[in-house]
Amino acid sequence: MPTREKTLLRFVTTGSVDDGKSTLIGRLLYETKSIFEDQYAAVEKTSKKRGQDEVDLALLLDGLSTEREQGITIDVAYRYFESPNRKFIIADTPGHVQYTRNTVTGASTSELAIILIDARNGVLTQSRRHGIIISLLQIPHLIVAINKMDLVDYSEEVYKDIVSTYQDFSEKLDIHDIVFIPVSALKGDNVTAKSDNMSWYEGSTLLHYLETVHVTADRNLLDFRFPVQNVIRPHLDFRGFAGRITSGTINAGEEIAILPSGRTSTVESIVTYDNELKEAFAPQSVVLTLADKIDISRGDMIVRKNNLPQIENHIEAIICWMDEEAISNGNPYILKHTTKYVKAFIPRILYKIDVNTLHREKTDTLSLNEIARVEIRTASPLFFDSYKNNHGTGSFILIDPYTSNTVAAGMIRGPARTIDELAEKTEAKASQKKSPHTVWSGWNIPKKTREERNGHKAAVLWFTGYSGSGKSTIARNLEKTLFAAGCHTMLLDGDTIRHGLCGDLGFSNEDRSENIRRAGEAAKLFFESGDIVICAFISPFERDRAFARALIPKDRFFEIYTKCSLDVCKRRDPNGLYKKVKNGEIKEFTGISSHYEEPQAPEIIAETDLRTVDDIVTEITGIIKEKEIIK
Amino acid sequence: MNSYSFPYLKQLESESIHIMREVVAEFKNPVMLYSVGKDSSVMVRLAQKAFYPGKFPFPLMHIDTGYKFPEMYEFRDRFCEEIGATLIVERNEEWIAKGCHPLKLGTDKCCWYLKTQGLLDALKKHDFDAAFGGARREEEKSRAKERVFSIRDEFGQWDPKNQRPELWDLYNTRLNEGQTVRVFPLSNWTEVDIWNYIRMENIPVVPIYFAREREVIARNGILIPVSAFSTVQDDENSHYNNEKIRKINCRFRSLGCIPCTGAIPSESTTLDDLIIEVINTRKSERENRVIDLGSDAAMEDKKKEGYF
Repeated sequence: MPTREKTLLRFVTTGSVDDGKSTLIGRLLYETKSIFEDQYAAVEKTSKKRGQDEVDLALLLDGLSTEREQGITIDVAYRYFESPNRKFIIADTPGHVQYTRNTVTGASTSELAIILIDARNGVLTQSRRHGIIISLLQIPHLIVAINKMDLVDYSEEVYKDIVSTYQDFSEKLDIHDIVFIPVSALKGDNVTAKSDNMSWYEGSTLLHYLETVHVTADRNLLDFRFPVQNVIRPHLDFRGFAGRITSGTINAGEEIAILPSGRTSTVESIVTYDNELKEAFAPQSVVLTLADKIDISRGDMIVRKNNLPQIENHIEAIICWMDEEAISNGNPYILKHTTKYVKAFIPRILYKIDVNTLHREKTDTLSLNEIARVEIRTASPLFFDSYKNNHGTGSFILIDPYTSNTVAAGMIRGPARTIDELAEKTEAKASQKKSPHTVWSGWNIPKKTREERNGHKAAVLWFTGYSGSGKSTIARNLEKTLFAAGCHTMLLDGDTIRHGLCGDLGFSNEDRSENIRRAGEAAKLFFESGDIVICAFISPFERDRAFARALIPKDRFFEIYTKCSLDVCKRRDPNGLYKKVKNGEIKEFTGISSHYEEPQAPEIIAETDLRTVDDIVTEITGIIKEKEIIK
Repeated sequence: MNSYSFPYLKQLESESIHIMREVVAEFKNPVMLYSVGKDSSVMVRLAQKAFYPGKFPFPLMHIDTGYKFPEMYEFRDRFCEEIGATLIVERNEEWIAKGCHPLKLGTDKCCWYLKTQGLLDALKKHDFDAAFGGARREEEKSRAKERVFSIRDEFGQWDPKNQRPELWDLYNTRLNEGQTVRVFPLSNWTEVDIWNYIRMENIPVVPIYFAREREVIARNGILIPVSAFSTVQDDENSHYNNEKIRKINCRFRSLGCIPCTGAIPSESTTLDDLIIEVINTRKSERENRVIDLGSDAAMEDKKKEGYF
């Protein structure tokens, strides 16, 4: 049946009272036949009673009688509709009262956001505020719907003006995918059907975009995280651990580790009511049984042995305060993270973020609807990833132990830094204060402008593989080919990085991670400068590569796995390194003493033991041409 | 890569299972409210899945008014026995004995005594701290603002303006003294989803969801089954003396007490027909529920008092 194959898209709509949000949602529901006659009749009756001439579609959306009486919306409401390909859940958030709290709540479960802008008013403070909250919540896709085009004579100029103003602003935000759609919710232009009044607009309609936007790739399928919810013990012979896979995938037979005990075992079976699974993935709810008898309880986390989350009891996070009562620095809160409750203190508020401008302000307190970066100490360690990499293990809520209210929503940035580092940071911040616009205002010359002059798009081609697998050889040949074709290129490899930028690092796992972190950041700088950046690093750990990937927009990062058997690498041994390992001159070496994690889903696999260098270079240039990086 | 794509119904299923497991982990004495309808049937299947290969570790409770369809009682008892579930049936005997009936007291009062009061008394009697309900946000507009974990005060009342924000899938399960919680694992399901899932999973439902010829009278645009009045103890035939009995093909779209549950004209005798009918209908699911038609805010008022 078609319905079974339908996918789900959750999105949040934000907008103010008068920019037509209710009309837009009403229009989507109406045109997808999701409003029923009797529901319509009920609001028709209410509209008449109130003396309104036309049926007020907004009444369909206001659920509570107090709201209908006062003509305002006071809380997040959920709406449902479907098209032939997708089911949609809308988190409809009101535009004024408790704005931040409601938008954060609605956005927390959304994969896409729609911001409405009234074409007559252009980009207002609130349009920026919406963008900032959506960026903080790391929603990957944003639609800016420029509404009421009918009231500006469907003017392309007005549209273009708003687009360019908003683009300038959104450079500061952490949202990679933004589309602009000119609509008239009232008349129906470009909502579900292409408008005849705006022939100059070549993009898709709102509904078409919602139906086709690709969201599967936003799921984290790399880092297996399984917070244990319950232990299932129907009889003495069965002991299973129930939970929902937060991220990643797992196979029966794989080696796992249990946090916090650190004990290891293998997955014996993946049990579900329907059948036993060979492989399970996020967000499936399953029961795992393990080969060994290990004491595991709710709140523990099962992960892959070679891919651990961070384990800390002192973290930094962005929190949104949601309670009437202001924050208390001294009293404990209860923190819920995955399936675990822990006691938590907030020793320090680093700064408050003005949601209208992104400016940081010093503060000692935090009240309803305010957002801040804080330090948190927990009574026992959390097993987490940064919110940016993993929403499921990077989010938490704070609960007041006295009222039991949910008082804050939190997004983990990472471990808290040491006092020295913090002092350094504060100083840097102070010096930036003189010209605040340099703090967050993106690049001086937009990447797009640079790309236009270069005649090609910026991209990062990231080679990973064993030493001797041919990364550098292919990278060097590829760069020469691209350079000869007139491209702006930059090559970063172990030699260029380790001789300068990373001269202080060795080859321990920690240093390797730091090396890749710096390489990724350096690649990003060249990327922003419009270059095609070719990186060749062993980069053995999935997490480090994921980090580098996360710095670059999705369709501009190409992971290229130079696949080659270790035996061939050893035979090639271009720099004599394997020999040195054999002689004991080098202690830590990938493939010998330390582990290499194969890429799970590289964009390109180059089998260097089977194909020639020229062949592979031709293939890669073909692929980036196809992806419209080069012409 | 495609093997990781996840169909919508499986995603809803996984979320509901997650919710049920959270409740069992965090509450001392949960119960599942079982109304015998299609949503209850789906909820029970999800509970079976959530704790498989174990049995779900809570009883089912039916708040009976005595006015349900005979097919419902029959189905309830057989179904619960087949799956080996513990079934608790609670009735407000005092008011049933007094002959509480919508045609005498009005629907609001009748609902209050037999359903709302019946439920609150039963929760107290068994000391349940969490109760699963099959309500869905799509059903009715005041339910659109309901939380998955809905906190009730010691009188079972819902305060819509003072709800906890629900973020990600992190449910705050902490209660204050005297508070209980209603948990709605089907919050994000729609009527069409429920039927599609019933078909996909081959879940048994009460046969009166399907069309056949029935005797009805039309009252205020609602088709009330004639059998409605046979359940009234006294002066049983007086209520439809002058009304015309008609025989038409019809079915029940949502199930409640006989006097307050209208039938809808329908030819859907199979699940496939029924799903197509539900997809194409231009009327909302509770169109046939007399109890919702009192006013634009009828459901909201009942909910505030402790109704589902």
